[in-house]
Amino acid sequence: MSSSTYSLDERHRQLGLTDEEYARILDRLGRAPNDVELAMLSLMWSEHCGYKHSRRLLRRLPKEGRHVLLGPGENAGAVDVGGGLAVAFKVESHNHPSAVEPFQGAATGVGGILRDVFAVGARPIAVLDSLRFGEPSVSERSRYLLDRAVAGIGHYGNSIGVPTVGGEIYFEPSYEQNCLVNAMCLGLAPHERLIRSAAAGPGNVVVLLGALTGRDGIGGASVLASAELGEGDEAKRPSVQIGDPFTEKKLLECCLELLDRDLLVSLQDLGAAGLTSAASEMAGGGGVGLTIDLCQIPLREADMEPFEIMVSESQERMLCVARPECVGALLDVCERWEVLATTIGCVTDGDSLQVLHRGNVVADVPVRVLIDDCPLYDLQPVPPSSDLYRASEAVLSGDESVADTLLALLRSSNLASRRPVFEQYDPIVQSRTVRRPDEADAAVLMLPNGSAIAVSIDGNGRRVACDPRRGAAEAVYECSANLACVGAEPLGLTNCLNFGNPEKSHVAWQLTEAVEGLAGACEALGVPVVGGNVSLYNEAPTGPIFPTPVVGMVGKLPNAARPGRMGFALTGDSIALVGPFEPSLVGSELAKLRGEAPVGELPAIDAGRIRIAHQAVRARVRSGAFRSAHDVAEGGVAATLAECCIAGGLGATVRLPEWLDPFGEAPGRGFIVSGPAEALAGFVVIGEVGGEALRVEGLLDLAVSELRDARDSGLAGWV
Amino acid sequence: MRARVLVRPKAGILDPQGQAVERALPALGFEGVRNVHVGRLIELDVEDPARLPEMCERLLTNPLIEDYEIEQ
Amino acid sequence: MKFGVVRFPGSCDDIDALQAARRVGDAVLLWHTDHDLQGVDAVIVPGGFSYGDYLRAGAIARFAPVMAEVEEFARSGGLVLGICNGFQVLCEAGLLPGALLTNVSLKFVFRQVDVEVVRGLGPFTGACEAGERLSIPVKHTTGRFHAPDPELDRLEASGQVLLRYAPGHNPNGSLRDIAGVCNESGNVFGLMPHPEHAVDPLGGSVDGLKIFESMRADVEQHVLA
Repeated sequence: MSSSTYSLDERHRQLGLTDEEYARILDRLGRAPNDVELAMLSLMWSEHCGYKHSRRLLRRLPKEGRHVLLGPGENAGAVDVGGGLAVAFKVESHNHPSAVEPFQGAATGVGGILRDVFAVGARPIAVLDSLRFGEPSVSERSRYLLDRAVAGIGHYGNSIGVPTVGGEIYFEPSYEQNCLVNAMCLGLAPHERLIRSAAAGPGNVVVLLGALTGRDGIGGASVLASAELGEGDEAKRPSVQIGDPFTEKKLLECCLELLDRDLLVSLQDLGAAGLTSAASEMAGGGGVGLTIDLCQIPLREADMEPFEIMVSESQERMLCVARPECVGALLDVCERWEVLATTIGCVTDGDSLQVLHRGNVVADVPVRVLIDDCPLYDLQPVPPSSDLYRASEAVLSGDESVADTLLALLRSSNLASRRPVFEQYDPIVQSRTVRRPDEADAAVLMLPNGSAIAVSIDGNGRRVACDPRRGAAEAVYECSANLACVGAEPLGLTNCLNFGNPEKSHVAWQLTEAVEGLAGACEALGVPVVGGNVSLYNEAPTGPIFPTPVVGMVGKLPNAARPGRMGFALTGDSIALVGPFEPSLVGSELAKLRGEAPVGELPAIDAGRIRIAHQAVRARVRSGAFRSAHDVAEGGVAATLAECCIAGGLGATVRLPEWLDPFGEAPGRGFIVSGPAEALAGFVVIGEVGGEALRVEGLLDLAVSELRDARDSGLAGWV
Repeated sequence: MRARVLVRPKAGILDPQGQAVERALPALGFEGVRNVHVGRLIELDVEDPARLPEMCERLLTNPLIEDYEIEQ
Repeated sequence: MKFGVVRFPGSCDDIDALQAARRVGDAVLLWHTDHDLQGVDAVIVPGGFSYGDYLRAGAIARFAPVMAEVEEFARSGGLVLGICNGFQVLCEAGLLPGALLTNVSLKFVFRQVDVEVVRGLGPFTGACEAGERLSIPVKHTTGRFHAPDPELDRLEASGQVLLRYAPGHNPNGSLRDIAGVCNESGNVFGLMPHPEHAVDPLGGSVDGLKIFESMRADVEQHVLA
C-alpha cells in the first residue's frame, strides 16, 4: 500500500479533516485508515458530500405530498403529473469549479444534474440555470465569468439535445469573488421506469458505464467546497473537470434503453467523489456491501494510483447493478450505443465497501463509517451585530424623474433583457416547449396527454440579506406566483442553499433563518421539498456572499393550449392589480441603484391571502378570463407594466393608487393582469391596454419603443 | 512516424475567429499584430506517410474551405 | 408516403423530425449502421450534433454506413432533406454544393427568423408561393453558408437557391443570405432553419409544414405518373 509523504499527524488535515474528525474515524474504524481509505473518508466526510453543517437543519423542510413519488435522498425527487407519468427534478450547484474555469465548470454542472435525473430513470426534458456574478459594468472578471458560463451551459445543453427553457441571473458586488452557478433539470418518465439507487441482491454484478476514468477533479469539487477561496486557487486548477456532451448523450440513451428493457436493479451517477461516493451510496441505500476491483476499470492514464481511481471525478460515468443473467443483454445494448461498459465488481452480503487492486485489498471500510458515521454539526446561529454588506455604488441620486428612474431600472443589470444570454440556448429541441424565455413568467412544456408542466427558478439574495427568513419565504412565493401566471398549480420544489462559511455564527444564523422561511412558505402553500443541494463556504476574505437560497418549482396545468402569457394581448383590455400587495423600497432594485445597503424590514407576509391570490390568478389564466398575467418583482409595478407592454407590443394607460410606490417591491404578492373588462370587474382595475406608450397618470409617459430600447441595451455587449 | 497536419481557413474566406483574436490582443497591450487566422492542428502516428495527403483530402480537411500543410 | 429519418449518435432533432413527418405521412427511424432504407419515399437527415460535431460538423457522419444507401438513393432521384446538421452532412458528402462555416458572431444563435421562398416549385417548396415568407426557427453555431463567388452565381442562375433569409433576418452571415440550397437535379435539399419546429400551432408558426407537404405532393405525383 502506498505511503504518504506527510506525517501521520498531517495527512488528515491536508485532506480537510479536523483532528476531532480524524479521532472519530479511528474510533469508528477501530484502527488507523490507510491512504486510500483516508482519501475516501475525507471526501465522504467533506461538507459537500456529508452535508455536515446542514443535514440536521434540512430535516425542517416538509417533504410529504400526495404527488410525491421520490423524495429527498434519491438522485432526484419526482412527482406524479398524471397520465401515468412522473416528472423528476433537482437543482445543484457547481460554484467553486465555475470560479476556477467557468466554461467547463458550468458545462459539467449541467452534465452532472442531467445525470442525476436520468439516474432515476427519467428522460431529461428541460434545463434551467440560476447564476450570480459581480457587476459587469465595473468588473472585467465578472464579464468574463458571465460570458464563459453562459457559453458552457449552452454548449452542454444544446449538444445533448435538452432545451434550456428558463433561468435567472443576478449581478451584485457580493458575488464578485464567489460566483454562483446552479443548474436545474427536469426529466419525464413513465412511473414504472423510475428506479432507485439502492444496490440489492448479493451476487449481483456491478457495472461501470461511460467515459474512461482519468485524473479529473481529483481533490476537486468536494475539497474546494469545504474551504473558502483564498490566494493560490491557481494551484487547485490542474485537475479541472472537462465535460463531453456527446458521450453523455450516448450514455443517456443507453441507460434509458436498459431501463426500458428492465435490465437494471439499480442505477447511480458518478458525481462529486466519483466512485467512492457512488459505491458507498448504492451500498448504503441497500444495506449491502460492495466489492470493486480497480484493475477492471478502464483508465485514461495508465499510472493512476488506487486512491486516484476511487476519487476521480471524470465526467459522463454511471454505476449500475444488474443480475448476472442480464449482463449479456446489458453489454449488447451498451455496444449498440457505443458506451463502454465494464463489470468492475459485485454486491456482497457483508457491510463494507471493499476495494481490490492487483489482487490486494487496498481499502475495506464499513459502509456505515463512510455514510452514517459522518459527523453532523449543529449550527451556532447568532444574528450579526453589525451590517454584513456594504452599500453598492449609487447610480441614481433620487432626484431623477419617475420616467428616468424607470428607464435606469430597465437598463440596470438585474432587469435588463436576457436575450443576449438565452439566444445562446436552444429552448425548443424535443418539441415540448409551449412558452419560451421572455414569453411568460414560467416555462411551459406540453405532455403527451394534452396537459402541460410549468417550471420556474427564483431567488433574490439581496432581499435575503435584509431578512433571511422573509427573503427565503419570498423565493417560494415568487415561484408559485410565476407558476400561477401560466395557470399552473405547484406540485413540488427543489432548492439550492448558497451561503458563506457556516462555522461563522452570523452565517449560521442566515442559514437557519432561511431554512425556517422556506419551510414556513412550503407548509403554507402545501408544496413539498423533494430534493435539493447545499453549497457552503461561498466566502472571500471580504466576507460572505448574500445568503442565496435558490428555489426551483414545478407545477402542472390541465390544458397545454392555454398556457398564460406575460404581454398585454388586446387593445381595450382592462388592466388590474391583483393580490395582497403592500410594497416597500427595502431590499428593492431602486434601493440598490440609490446606493443603499441591504438593510431593513421586508414587507409582512400574509400566507393565507397570498394563497388565495395565487389560486385566483391560476383559475382565471386557465379559463382565459385573464389574457395576460405577470407577477410584480424587481422594479415594482412600474417595471412590471413596462415588461407587459414590451412583451405584448402594446402600450397602456394606467392610474396607480395614491399609496402605491411605483418602484416598491413585495415578491410573490402582486400581479399585473389584463383581460376583458367584465372579467376583471372584481379586482383593482388600474387602466386599459392600448396605444404605443406606457402612460402612468402623473408619473410618466414613455413610448414602448423607448422602454424596449432601454431594456435591450442593459446586457448587450457584456455577453 | 509522427506527423502534424496544420489546417487553416482558405484565404479570402471570412475568418471571424481570427478577427476576434486580432481585436483582443491590443486590448491586452499587444500592439502591431495583424493578419491573424485561427486554424487546427491534427497530430498522428502514421506508418505510411505517403497516404497523408489522401487522408487530408478525404477526411481531415474540407478542401472547399480549408488549406493544409503536412509536417513530418 | 413514408419518410425515413436517419439517426446518428448525437442526433438531437431526429424525433422532432419524425413527429413532424408523421403529420404528413408515415415515418421510421433509420439507424446509422443499417444498410436498409426500409423502402422509404424520402430521407430526412436531421439536426443535432452527430458525433459531437467532432473535426467538422457532419464530417464523420457522412461516412456512416447508412450514408452509402442515402447517396445511392439520392443518385437515383430519391428525395433527401437535410436540416441543420443534416445540411452540414450533405455538404460534406458532396451531395450539396458549398459548406457551412462558424457563425460570424462566433456564438450559438437561437432565433425565430423569416425566410423567403425563392421559387415555389419542386419537391421541397412546391406548396409555397415565390416570395412567400415562412417563419421558422434557427438554432446553430455553424450555419454560415459559403461557396466561392462563381459557384454562388451559378447556383442562383440555375435556381438552386430555394430559401433566403428575409432582409434583416440573416442570423449567421451566410453569403447572399442563403438559407437553403438544392442540388442540380433538385431532389436533394439542405437548409439551416428547422421546419420540423414550425409544425405545431401550440409552438407558434406552422409554416414549416409546407416543406413536408411539398415532399408528399411530389412523391404522390410520381406515384400517379
